[in-house]
Amino acid sequence: MPWPHLPEDFRQTHRSVWVDIDSRLYDPAEGNRVYHEYMDQLEYADSLGFDGIGVNEHHQNAYGLMPSPNIIAAGLARRTSRAAIAVIGNSIALYNPPIRVAEEFAMLDVISGGRLVAGFPVGTPMDTNFCYGQIPALTRDKYYEAHELIMRAWREPEPFAFDGKYNQLRYVNCWPRPIQKPHPPIYIPGGGSIETWDFCVEHDYNYSYLSYGGYKAGKALLDGYWERVAALGKDESPYRASFAQVVCVADTDADAEKLYAEHVLYFYNRCLHVYLGFADPPGYRTVKTIQSGKLNQFRAENQRLFTSLSWKELVDGGYVIAGSPATVRERMEHMIKDLRLGAVFLLFMIGNMPDDKVRHSTKLFAEKVMPQLRDIWPEWKQDDRFWVKPLETRVRPELPRNGR
Amino acid sequence: MQERKIETRRGLKSRVLEGGRGAPLVYFHGAGGLFKEEPLLERLTGHFHVFAPEWPGYGVEGGEDKLEDMLDFALHGWDVVDALGLERPSLLGHSMGGMIAAEMACIASRSLAKLALVAPAGLWIDSLPIPDLFSMLPFELVGALFADPKNGERFLTGGIDFTNPDALTQFLVGNARRLGTAGKILFPIPNRRVSKRLYRLTAPTLLVWGTADKLIPFGYAARWRELLPNARLAAIEGGAHMVCHEQPDAVAAEIERFLSAP
Repeated sequence: MPWPHLPEDFRQTHRSVWVDIDSRLYDPAEGNRVYHEYMDQLEYADSLGFDGIGVNEHHQNAYGLMPSPNIIAAGLARRTSRAAIAVIGNSIALYNPPIRVAEEFAMLDVISGGRLVAGFPVGTPMDTNFCYGQIPALTRDKYYEAHELIMRAWREPEPFAFDGKYNQLRYVNCWPRPIQKPHPPIYIPGGGSIETWDFCVEHDYNYSYLSYGGYKAGKALLDGYWERVAALGKDESPYRASFAQVVCVADTDADAEKLYAEHVLYFYNRCLHVYLGFADPPGYRTVKTIQSGKLNQFRAENQRLFTSLSWKELVDGGYVIAGSPATVRERMEHMIKDLRLGAVFLLFMIGNMPDDKVRHSTKLFAEKVMPQLRDIWPEWKQDDRFWVKPLETRVRPELPRNGR
Repeated sequence: MQERKIETRRGLKSRVLEGGRGAPLVYFHGAGGLFKEEPLLERLTGHFHVFAPEWPGYGVEGGEDKLEDMLDFALHGWDVVDALGLERPSLLGHSMGGMIAAEMACIASRSLAKLALVAPAGLWIDSLPIPDLFSMLPFELVGALFADPKNGERFLTGGIDFTNPDALTQFLVGNARRLGTAGKILFPIPNRRVSKRLYRLTAPTLLVWGTADKLIPFGYAARWRELLPNARLAAIEGGAHMVCHEQPDAVAAEIERFLSAP
């Protein structure tokens, strides 16, 4: 959910799209239009048959306008009834106490009739450390404690006392309780910290690699993840992994460039313009991760790269999958198999793309690409561990009922 | 100075630089750590028995996961004094080290002889915000810390060749450990409320401050003196935050005078 009105010279005149961005660039009246447009697009995706619609959390930035994804998710829960609602997710180390997340996610799961995918990111340094003041070296520890508290709150039937380092609660007793038992599917969005891999594998959570580096760059990282899956003796269900990918579909490859290039470039040039000092505070990443050589995507090398890329380079380099339905289908299939993905977070709305183009691309994908991608993993068809289990009979609030 | 290893009762190991003869003086370094060159300490060994322990997270020993909050740091400071077998030493701290030394003096006010603080962290004044050390890029850091950035770079990096990827990774790991550890008491605002405990600080106290400090501005010296009415302030003309390294003679002279007075 980017802010679509960053000036052309944004990079030259502003040091960061995140944390200390000039608040005068935001226009609340225009924000009214923008929020509804974006929410309409997600509802449109539901009507086209996508498995899920997703939202996420970011703070003090023009890159993603959802400090509270739960508010958007609540709106979506009332206007859709089929697609999973993937909140990827709540940065659980930020909530004091994090029982708040257990409660709000339970509310969303109940309101949506069991359609919630619950995401628990550690959070970007920009959000977690610089906007929300968490101490970098303690963020991960606090995250693990928050995770333990939330999962126990969902699982344990009796009130219990929680004597944590960061949270002390005498009576933990989550009301309401989630519909999905023992808990909604958990997705852990990661940006490349290798500790996160083992955490996902050990708990059978989905590892969601969210980057804008595209599937070619994502390959090395996902390979590392799958190695850990094998090393820890788990099955290799593709539903253990998901990936975010910018996708633009048009009638022809040439049309894709004509329709979408300027909006994609707006995103890569302006929305990822993060001041380097906010990208990687000492202590946020563990020594092990630094030694692994996996650098944060907002670091200097990537910043330089992202901003200098042309449309052709974005497409050829796999940052963006764009083109005719046939081209997109072929590339998507290759990506899904190569990275071994059970789910893909498709980013159709990107940068400052206008509504009609977003819908054009989304519809073409749903009708001409998606059907061919559904049965890539027939041998794992029965694996329902990583997806929602909605109630068979649930309220359809989006339909007229009882005379309302 | 000589190097030795100590182990505290808690089991934390630490490297300690030691040198000189005379009354014991323990120096606590700031967030940057002990540098290859510590000119102030060299000068002080001429008059005192100087000990300079390295905080966990700064040396090869590890153990920084044991230090999580201000009390952990302050008690570790006293654990180090105990491990060195010192009775009522004087304490000297620079920046973050000064913040911890002040906290130590509040906790155990009768366990030290005198206290000298060089540009200590630990207070916050809304109208005089301290620049955010943790969002600074290396080249900005040098400018904020040193009056002479060119020379400062040499202190900070110890002359590492950053074109060598291994050296760079090693530096990044070291930096992440150092400032990651410091962040536990300095991030996001370097104020862990020592101000409400300073009434307990009864040891004779000297404040040394560079008048051109760009990190913790000279205005903070006045606030420290309001909280410590008996403290003496020595202003170092034109001194930046790393005044111990850039004007070691002037700083050493003030400290010698203060510690030698009856």
